[in-house]
Amino acid sequence: VPNNPKSDMKLYCLSGHPTLPCNVLKFKSTTIMLDCGLDMTSTLNFLPLPLVQSPRLSNLPGWSLKDGSVFLDKELKECSGHVFVDSVPEFCLPETELIDLSTVDVILISNYHCMMALPYITEHTGFTGTVYATEPTVQIGRLLMEELVNFIERVPKAQSASLWKNKDVQRLLPSPLKDAVEVTTWRRCYTMQEVNSALSKIQLVGYSQKIELFGAVQVTPLSSGYALGSSNWIIQSHYEKVSYVSGSSLLTTHPQPMDQASLKNSDVLLLTGLTQIPTANPDGMVGEFCSNLALTVRNGGNVLVPCYPSGVIYDLLECLYQYIDSAGLSSIPFYFISPVANSSLEFSQIFAEWLCHNKQSKVYLPEPPFPHAELIQTNKLKHYPSIHGDFSNDFRQPCVVFTGHPSLRCGDVVHFMELWGKSSLNTVIFTEPDFSYLEALAPYQPLAMKCVYCPIDTRLNFIQVSKLLKEVQPLHVVCPEQYTQPPPAQSHRMDLMIDCQPPAMSYRRAEVLALPFKRRYEKIEIMPELADSLVPMEIKPGISLATVSAVLHTKDNKHILQPPPRPTQPTSSKKRKRVSEDVPDCKVLKPLLSGSIPVEQFVQTLEKHGFSDIKVEDTAKGHIVLLQEAETLIQLEEDSTHIICDNDETLRVRLRDLVLKFLQKF
Amino acid sequence: MGPEKRRGLWWCEAKALWGGACGCVERSLRRGGAWVGVEKRNPPRPEADPGKCRGASVLIMDPECSRLLPALCAVLADPRQPVADDTCLEKLLDWFKTVTETESSLQLLQDHPCLVELLSHVLKPQDVSPRVLSFALRLAGAFAAQEDCFQYLQQGDLLLGLFGEAGALGWSAWSIPSVRSGWIQGLCALAHHPSALHFLADSGAVDTVFSLQGDPSLFVASAASQLLVYILALSMQGRDAGSPIPEVAAWPVCAQKIVSHVQESLHSTAAPQVTQALNVLTTTFGRCRSPWMEVLWGQLSPLVASLLKRDPIPAAHSLVDLLLSVARLGSWDAAGWRGWESPVLSSAACGPWEILAQTLHRLSPTQAGPLALGTLKLQRCPQELRTQAFGILLQPLACILKATAQAPGPPGKSYHLASGLLDGTAGGSMTVDTLLSSKSACVGLLCQTLAHLEELQTLPQCPSPWPQEPLLDAAVIILRLCDGSADPSSSGAGRLCGTLAGCIRVQRAALDFLGTLSQGMSPQESMLQVFAILLKNLESPESSPTVLKKAFQATLRWLQSSVKTSGCSDLSPDALLFLGELFPVLQKRLCSPCWEVRDSALEFLTHLSQHWGGQADFREELQSSEVPMLACQLLQDPESYVRASAVAATGQLFSRGLQATPTSSENLQAQQGLLMDLMYILSTDSEGFPRRAVLQVFTQWLRDGHADVARDTEWFVTTVLQAVSRDLDWEVRVQGLELVQVFLTQTLGRFRPRCPYAVTLPEATSPTPHPEFLRTLCRLPLFEFVFRALFDCDRPVAQKACDLLLFLRDETAPSSGPQETRDGPNSASVEVALQRWQEGEQGQPLGDLEPEAMLALLRSLDLEGLQGKLAKSSDHIEKSPQSLLQDMLATVGMLEENEADCY
Repeated sequence: VPNNPKSDMKLYCLSGHPTLPCNVLKFKSTTIMLDCGLDMTSTLNFLPLPLVQSPRLSNLPGWSLKDGSVFLDKELKECSGHVFVDSVPEFCLPETELIDLSTVDVILISNYHCMMALPYITEHTGFTGTVYATEPTVQIGRLLMEELVNFIERVPKAQSASLWKNKDVQRLLPSPLKDAVEVTTWRRCYTMQEVNSALSKIQLVGYSQKIELFGAVQVTPLSSGYALGSSNWIIQSHYEKVSYVSGSSLLTTHPQPMDQASLKNSDVLLLTGLTQIPTANPDGMVGEFCSNLALTVRNGGNVLVPCYPSGVIYDLLECLYQYIDSAGLSSIPFYFISPVANSSLEFSQIFAEWLCHNKQSKVYLPEPPFPHAELIQTNKLKHYPSIHGDFSNDFRQPCVVFTGHPSLRCGDVVHFMELWGKSSLNTVIFTEPDFSYLEALAPYQPLAMKCVYCPIDTRLNFIQVSKLLKEVQPLHVVCPEQYTQPPPAQSHRMDLMIDCQPPAMSYRRAEVLALPFKRRYEKIEIMPELADSLVPMEIKPGISLATVSAVLHTKDNKHILQPPPRPTQPTSSKKRKRVSEDVPDCKVLKPLLSGSIPVEQFVQTLEKHGFSDIKVEDTAKGHIVLLQEAETLIQLEEDSTHIICDNDETLRVRLRDLVLKFLQKF
Repeated sequence: MGPEKRRGLWWCEAKALWGGACGCVERSLRRGGAWVGVEKRNPPRPEADPGKCRGASVLIMDPECSRLLPALCAVLADPRQPVADDTCLEKLLDWFKTVTETESSLQLLQDHPCLVELLSHVLKPQDVSPRVLSFALRLAGAFAAQEDCFQYLQQGDLLLGLFGEAGALGWSAWSIPSVRSGWIQGLCALAHHPSALHFLADSGAVDTVFSLQGDPSLFVASAASQLLVYILALSMQGRDAGSPIPEVAAWPVCAQKIVSHVQESLHSTAAPQVTQALNVLTTTFGRCRSPWMEVLWGQLSPLVASLLKRDPIPAAHSLVDLLLSVARLGSWDAAGWRGWESPVLSSAACGPWEILAQTLHRLSPTQAGPLALGTLKLQRCPQELRTQAFGILLQPLACILKATAQAPGPPGKSYHLASGLLDGTAGGSMTVDTLLSSKSACVGLLCQTLAHLEELQTLPQCPSPWPQEPLLDAAVIILRLCDGSADPSSSGAGRLCGTLAGCIRVQRAALDFLGTLSQGMSPQESMLQVFAILLKNLESPESSPTVLKKAFQATLRWLQSSVKTSGCSDLSPDALLFLGELFPVLQKRLCSPCWEVRDSALEFLTHLSQHWGGQADFREELQSSEVPMLACQLLQDPESYVRASAVAATGQLFSRGLQATPTSSENLQAQQGLLMDLMYILSTDSEGFPRRAVLQVFTQWLRDGHADVARDTEWFVTTVLQAVSRDLDWEVRVQGLELVQVFLTQTLGRFRPRCPYAVTLPEATSPTPHPEFLRTLCRLPLFEFVFRALFDCDRPVAQKACDLLLFLRDETAPSSGPQETRDGPNSASVEVALQRWQEGEQGQPLGDLEPEAMLALLRSLDLEGLQGKLAKSSDHIEKSPQSLLQDMLATVGMLEENEADCY
């Protein structure tokens, strides 16, 4: 059944960050939120939260306006020419004004990095729907949130700066504060209570599981190969298919490989979460990481690796496991410090079904899938919830420390930056690609320690994307605007953008896109007894038609044609029927018409029947036959024919009969 | 073949030989201890010359072979007795060919009627397997290569039966490619005399060959083309001398037929046919050099030239081959050939140079590249054409330079360089199109161009002046496009950047080319540019291991060239600055988790210190870095290749005094440490490569008189030999013998100082050996080691040991008569031990050896005989015609047995 074209799909883009997406898809009367990533780069504008009182940070000079006014010196501090907000770090939330978020029916989460804004959405917008995610995503997502809350709550900061957010004031500030967007909507971190409440709304799903949403659409998570439990989603109805690709990887790291085949034949493919460092090859970066680590430690220096408590760290530990013996580093201690370090290391070992084949098969040996278990057993890797407690007793230098937060604004890493920053023997190696390392280091300047930037981002690069698109052949591609042009720093690299036909549609924050396809059909079932009563008539070879009179029953977005009730005998009963039981009157069936009217023959027929002075005009949709004398118009169009004459019913009927001669009846 | 098998093969010979020698000793012992076996040291041996020996046994159709032949022929003719192995038939055919080379085929057939029977039997092909059929066709061809034998076979219509239309062509087995191939090869063998030519013409074989040119089997098709060339050459044979060559229309029928077939093919619109024709011509012009070919070219060149007018040009690759083949012929200028400037040729419509020029102009850049290179390699070629060809080779690079130089404003440096490179050559749009059309086209063209230019630069025909500076610039720009650091100012360059970014193939080719360019003279500015791009490639984490290896190689070449430009053996100031930045990079690479990277970094380090280890600035830079320490640590690398390279690198560093610990107090200990480390590797490492590397280092140290070794050479040699004698790797054992040889030469030199200026009498040059020298030899486990090696199951070890003993014997026991020799007190036990060794019981030690006994033993051994035996390949006994025939018969017998087993 052709559908009303007004019910087209719309995409509301709530986040401008391509790898931390938050979009809402309105499709067939459902409202689906795709991911709710939290843009944490806003924290780079704030001073770090030191675990231990830092004289250096607390003695930074206040910043004053050019005219000498000093009212901001409590809120803004200056360090090596950069200005920082001295307050609890705040995050840039997804747009909340673009669409009423209480109308969101479901939220689909693709990976644990893309759910960090969940508590803001589920707890503060009137959201009443369900969240779908895989188990590892939820568990590791919880760890990330828990760590973040912990990092921020354990260093209470009395001050909450807000003066600088005043538009008139912000204008006067130096970059990057001046250019920060929507600062008024920036929010402090959520609480653990909010996290728990948000996570309680999540329903767990497995790969390839089909979830019906109100009978209207079906959503399915597919493995995306990027992280433990990471998924892409397919949203489909009977006649439409939308694929949502977020954070995917074709590399063989620890997660299950990406399911590409299921993405085929999509009408729309929404593509987000590509690599943030398209020019860096992860293998080369891991090599760089190992070499620099070894060089530093051999020289007696310490290595600091700011990182998240899950994800790339598993691969790094695995790589080091193989490397340390060959590099003669067996005696060097590795410390992993995070409030969730223990859970992270253990969780990774129990999610066997979510791992790549290699690691899965180890479970049957039985062996732990990740070799970090052995590193822990042999005391080469030790983990601690924080620098306080046991760690200070065991601490031995030179060593390698993995700790968060990668923004260097909170967490134990702040302490190590303060501790080791003064010596050029030490090295900080950045492996997480989410934050600019230069901006992350800004509040620690001047810094003597060596800095190595080897971002490891295993997500799809543009070459892989173009192969993927060639393979799955979507009708339309929709992606963040950043992907439709080369990165600003490498404007000549035409290979660093999505190249597809037709060109990808791009979106930016706070934009609403009407997605480029019209829904044309809706599936309707016919009840068997009704189908029995149909008498098809072949009007063309291969095409049969039958008229059907029925009642269209629609419930839960399912449409069913039921046999019409027998025409009720007019009864004398005066009992009023309830409106809902009203059935349409079954009028006497008129024959249906089909065929088309050849204009020239029609005009000849008119002439034969005594009409003269006939004029034919071509219109955009067909023809108008003008009977000038009779002041009558016959409008012939592809799907309609009108006879327009003033109050001359006999003429109209005559003309109608002439028209009908050309048409078939059935 | 495993060592066990090898052992079995030559072991018996050594035994036999040793048995003879020992028999001597035994006899001498029975005669009361006098060494009477000495005169038998060089017994006259019929097989003294191994080549002769083999030749004689292979060629002669001896009675044994004659006896076996009928049985074999019967087996071959019997379809119920399948021949198990194709290679047997090949060997058999080879043998017959060798026999017919020296003997009369006619005689052979008359002596062995079974052969003719076999061939006649084949005429009933339903009874023969295709393998035998193919064999018989080739065998018949081989026999019929001699004219009298040809006549003999013709009498019975045997040849017509086999090769004629009623023969092979009609068989159902014709559908099998090996049969068709056998038919062609048979005819190829046969086409050697005028009678064969008539036969070919009468039998209609030529038409069949024409059709076989398009055979689905490539082997058959190629052989068919070859056969046409044979026939053409044969029919023109003898027409070269004296009278001028007539026009093609007056040529023999057969030749005319082939020429007109080629002409027809050249007219064809089907590319495969054109390819076939061109291939025939290429082979013709490539293999013979006769004046009639000039006429042929005169006839066909307009047709060849007309191919250029078609679009697309058909069979471009074959066309290139043909033109180069013709051009090479033209440059040949020996007697009897007048070169292309002959009157006939100049009157021809299209001279080869004109066609070459047109083709260069018309072909796509990728197709024109090989032709341009071939043209430039010609010994003689008009200068104009060379310029054109060189322009074509340079064009892709000129386009790259141009594309990266189109900045708004006045043209920059690279623009000028581009125009310098092009030198007025028009065109280039085709090249630009290729470069921009697709990644594979762009990469293919660039890699080809870079490889061609690289090859060209090393040739004597290298064009002069060589555009060194623009080429250098182009190579650097390509590398920058590959690593994404180029700043493209035009859209074309932007696309190039996108295409080439991260392209390993182009990076490797460009680095190779850059390395070759180091041979030319480059301005200082360019050198700085080169060092910068090399450093970038060396330090980039994106460089793949193979790219890195090429970058190391190129770096080494440029450092060497910098020495050349600075005029003395020292590194130039620029190079020194570069070294300062290089060592931190090298440090990082030595820590790479990728073993290939660690390995090539170590190799690079070895080369560096080999070249500049003596130079103060270099030493300072190296020692202030952690490179020596890291190299030392890599001796424990888990990867054996890396350990081997680390051994070579540290060995080199230590012999240059560039060891890891620079503090003088620890110096001695550190050096001793390395010696012990290497000894440890030699005796414990599970892989062969590191152990071989250790021995190479040790041998070098011994040769150089390295202090650690010189301090106590005897201890050193003893320890090394103890470790090596147990080694399972034969290369290690050979290397051990090498070390022994160096030691012997040195020790000998020490006891027999020779002054190069001293005038000595001839007899004085061969004095009796210094007693201390002999005592030294006997003190060390040297003899035990060498004698064990003499019985080694690996031939190279035994050979080397044999050479060594010969050297020692010549040095110690020169032409001494039996009366001088005395039986040492312990020589008996030594002989017993040796005898046991040769029987395979190597556990027993040799025991102490007195110098006299050692000398006696040396003289008693038939070392020359052993050397001769060892020089032969291990299968020389099996490789006789008898054994081949016996094998074949035995296999059939065995098959029968197996068959019986089945029931």
